[in-house]
Amino acid sequence: MSLETFLIMRHELLLTAALLVVLVAELFSHPDKKGPIITLSVVCFGIITALGFIPSPEGELFGGMYVASGSRLMMKNILNIGVLLVILQSVDWLRRGENSDKTSEYFILLVSTLIGMNFMISSGHFLMFYIGLELATIPIAALAAFDKYRNNSAEAGIKLILISALSSGILLYGLSMIYGTTGTFYFNEIAAVFSDSNLQILGFIFFFTGMAFKISIVPFHLWTADVYEGAPINITAYLSVISKGAAIFIFIIVLFTVFPVIVGTWQKAIYLLSILTMTIGNLFAIRQQNLKRFLAFSSISQAGYILLGFVGGNQLGMASVIYYVLVYIFSNLGAFGVVLAVSNASGKENIDDYNGLYHTNPKLSLIMMLALFSLAGIPPVAGYFGKFFLFTAAAEKGFFTLVIIAVLNTIISLYYYLLIVKAMFLLKSETPVEKFRSTLYTRFALGLCVAGIIVTGFASTLFEFIRNLSFGV
Amino acid sequence: MDILTLFVVIPVLTITAILFVKDIKHVRVVSATGMGIQLILAAVLVFMYLSARKAGADEQMLFVRDYLWFVNPNIHYAVGVDGISVVMIALTSVVLFAGIFASWEVEFLTKEFFVSLILLATGVFGFFISIDLFTMFLFYELAVIPMYLLIGIWGSGPKEYSAMKLTLMLMGGSALILAGLLGIYFNSAPEGGQLTFNILEIAKVTIPMSAQRLFFPLTFVGFGVLGALFPFHTWSPDGHASAPTAVSMLHAGVLMKLGGYGAFRVAIFLMPEAAAELSWIFIILTATSVVYGAFGAIVQKDLKYINAYSSVSHCGLVLFAILMMNQTALNGAVIQMISHGLMTALFFALIGMLYGRTHTRMINEMGGLMKVIPFLSVCYVIAGLASLGLPGLSGFVAEMTIFVGAFQHTDVFHRVVTIVAVSSIVITAVYILRVVAILLLGPTTDEHHEHLTDAKWFEKVSVVILIGSVAGIGLAPYWLSSMIGTSLQPIVVKILATNPF
Repeated sequence: MSLETFLIMRHELLLTAALLVVLVAELFSHPDKKGPIITLSVVCFGIITALGFIPSPEGELFGGMYVASGSRLMMKNILNIGVLLVILQSVDWLRRGENSDKTSEYFILLVSTLIGMNFMISSGHFLMFYIGLELATIPIAALAAFDKYRNNSAEAGIKLILISALSSGILLYGLSMIYGTTGTFYFNEIAAVFSDSNLQILGFIFFFTGMAFKISIVPFHLWTADVYEGAPINITAYLSVISKGAAIFIFIIVLFTVFPVIVGTWQKAIYLLSILTMTIGNLFAIRQQNLKRFLAFSSISQAGYILLGFVGGNQLGMASVIYYVLVYIFSNLGAFGVVLAVSNASGKENIDDYNGLYHTNPKLSLIMMLALFSLAGIPPVAGYFGKFFLFTAAAEKGFFTLVIIAVLNTIISLYYYLLIVKAMFLLKSETPVEKFRSTLYTRFALGLCVAGIIVTGFASTLFEFIRNLSFGV
Repeated sequence: MDILTLFVVIPVLTITAILFVKDIKHVRVVSATGMGIQLILAAVLVFMYLSARKAGADEQMLFVRDYLWFVNPNIHYAVGVDGISVVMIALTSVVLFAGIFASWEVEFLTKEFFVSLILLATGVFGFFISIDLFTMFLFYELAVIPMYLLIGIWGSGPKEYSAMKLTLMLMGGSALILAGLLGIYFNSAPEGGQLTFNILEIAKVTIPMSAQRLFFPLTFVGFGVLGALFPFHTWSPDGHASAPTAVSMLHAGVLMKLGGYGAFRVAIFLMPEAAAELSWIFIILTATSVVYGAFGAIVQKDLKYINAYSSVSHCGLVLFAILMMNQTALNGAVIQMISHGLMTALFFALIGMLYGRTHTRMINEMGGLMKVIPFLSVCYVIAGLASLGLPGLSGFVAEMTIFVGAFQHTDVFHRVVTIVAVSSIVITAVYILRVVAILLLGPTTDEHHEHLTDAKWFEKVSVVILIGSVAGIGLAPYWLSSMIGTSLQPIVVKILATNPF
């Protein structure tokens, strides 16, 4: 293997190596002292994240099954940043007594899903895509059931695995039709011969539906809230940010490179689904009391906004989608980080429990407010820029009605995000969350999120960089 | 660094400084110092502007700075001012400075209060200096969102409800503006070429009529929500009544002017053709605002509600004048913005001070205050007289100019709505004089009120600054209207080129 091959595949190779290192280290570690394992994993992953940013050549491996390009590399780096944040945030949770016997398993499962996502994003062939997809999905079900002594965690795991199996089945059925009519699984070969015959469109619809389950687009979203509520909070964060982000990345790549011929067809579908997704996600979020369910519905509506970048099929759209996912990682993980910290310290997860939080934990409240404002798209934080570019991308192709519906939806979302701000800052409580001090890891993770929320918006070079990597139909 | 960017930098530095001090007293001093510097800077800007004009600078905007921010979409950080923005900046500095002194006694979460207040002001200053629509909109939203916390935490009455209502309605308006801005952007180069958010560049082209018909109403209504356009004004009475004193001052005094300024600078200036075609709808709505607001003020018993409805009426007059689309009326609109900004800030400051002493804002629970607290009472009378348009104070100049401008339209429709709107002057006199009579004159109704103390030093600072400005404009309006007039010239030329009236 030459250096060039290594550079092209370094994300997957390094992650596999890290996985093995943790596995071996587990053998030599003391059963009651998991501290070194945690430190080792965090350091390994931090190094991998940093190495990911080394410029690398573009190219293909395995006869075109594996494709490396600038935009795909960027996507992997974005996911790496997100996973690093999730790992940092989960350290406190892992140190709890009930998790001490499965610390390294957590890292191994987490990293193996990430390897799957990376293969999925780099795929140039539907088989590679599918293998990556499954590798990314199945370990997550184990992670969702991680709190095995809790019934609803186990329930979340089984729900997730069932819904994944169902959606994979639908997706495979669609792929088989596409294979049957085109005779190939290579992305570029399919794109060359794909037309709009009925069977091919049908195959495409099945593929589309399968992906819609993964991104939890309405009406394929019903599993989301239950799974998110049942799973441990850091896994919920992972599901809502990393899994969703990876699925969005591969979906936009496939739509733009494999199915540009039928752009008119999927534009209409995405147009309607986008409206449905953001509206229904928003309306359901209003009524939620549990913060995990609340953030679940909020993340559904966020997916609706992200679809605005798909609808135009333009370069600006793809750039804004990648950019928004990055912004969304910082914002949503900021919010989840606070929820996790509060839950670790006090076991409280409801919105009412946050009453008067500002008076006991001002910094956490400020971070939460910043993250929520970023999710709502309030300037000057990054979410505003992200939303603005998504809307601009849709408007560039003349979808003004969609843009108007989307901006009105942001007002609904602002309402429920303000409900949490209201609880933290305005309301008072007899039994507020006690004042507590988070550990270094959590504070570092939250600090990164805050820096990301503030800086990614103003740093125009970042968006320019992503835009130059992107392409249109 | 250019002088205009300093208007954003100084508030940000002040906020940073506030975050690092511990003591409440220091917080106040730092805020007052920062905003004092801002006030001086505004005065410097006025002189720099006047001397540049005198030296023969005849561009539409002076002190222009343009930095590329994003390549595609073509976003710049672009600043520049004409006479209108300069006077608006001066107004903001005065009201903000007075507002700091009016909130001298905020005890609960003092640091957070001043940070939010100055953050809001940062948005306002940024809005007035921007000539790039994206930057402008960014600052616009930055000015709106701190209101939620300011009203929600430090407000009174049904503050949570009011704060939520105000924030959602204003953000709803800004959502419409966002859609409108995107529409303007993608039609900013109808004959091909580089799309732009720069107001001056867009003004050079004519946006296609089909696009204007869609995006003019969006932008006008969007800004109109903040300018209390009927029927989107309902946030205003609740919001102003619940807000703490300085926030009411800044909000009614300055923030509502963002609506008028934006409607004028973006909606009318960039899309005059659609404005001319559709103005009749909005003229009817604004005339309704003017009269409805005045009638609404008559029946209220709460001083803040009276003043909030009065603001709806006066700000309606601003939008009304803008829609008349001629030099005189536009001139009046800008003077009215300044005049109302100062006057209403004065009113809210005085109401806050009265409330701090009597612990009620209901006019039927007070009486005969003139004997007890003569300084505040006299100031209240002055504010009232300015509000009802007494010659010698700013309100007269503004309203007179507006109605003269409106009367220049000779057709029946404009005549009728103008006459309807003029009637608001009489109604204003009714509610102002009624309040003065009940509140200040006559016997003292509540024995607890006989031992009230008159204004303290910081209250006097706040009030005197505002009264001085109101009287200054009323007695010597010429320098103001000439400064506005020259800046209106290029705008009026563009509007008149398409005016069918």
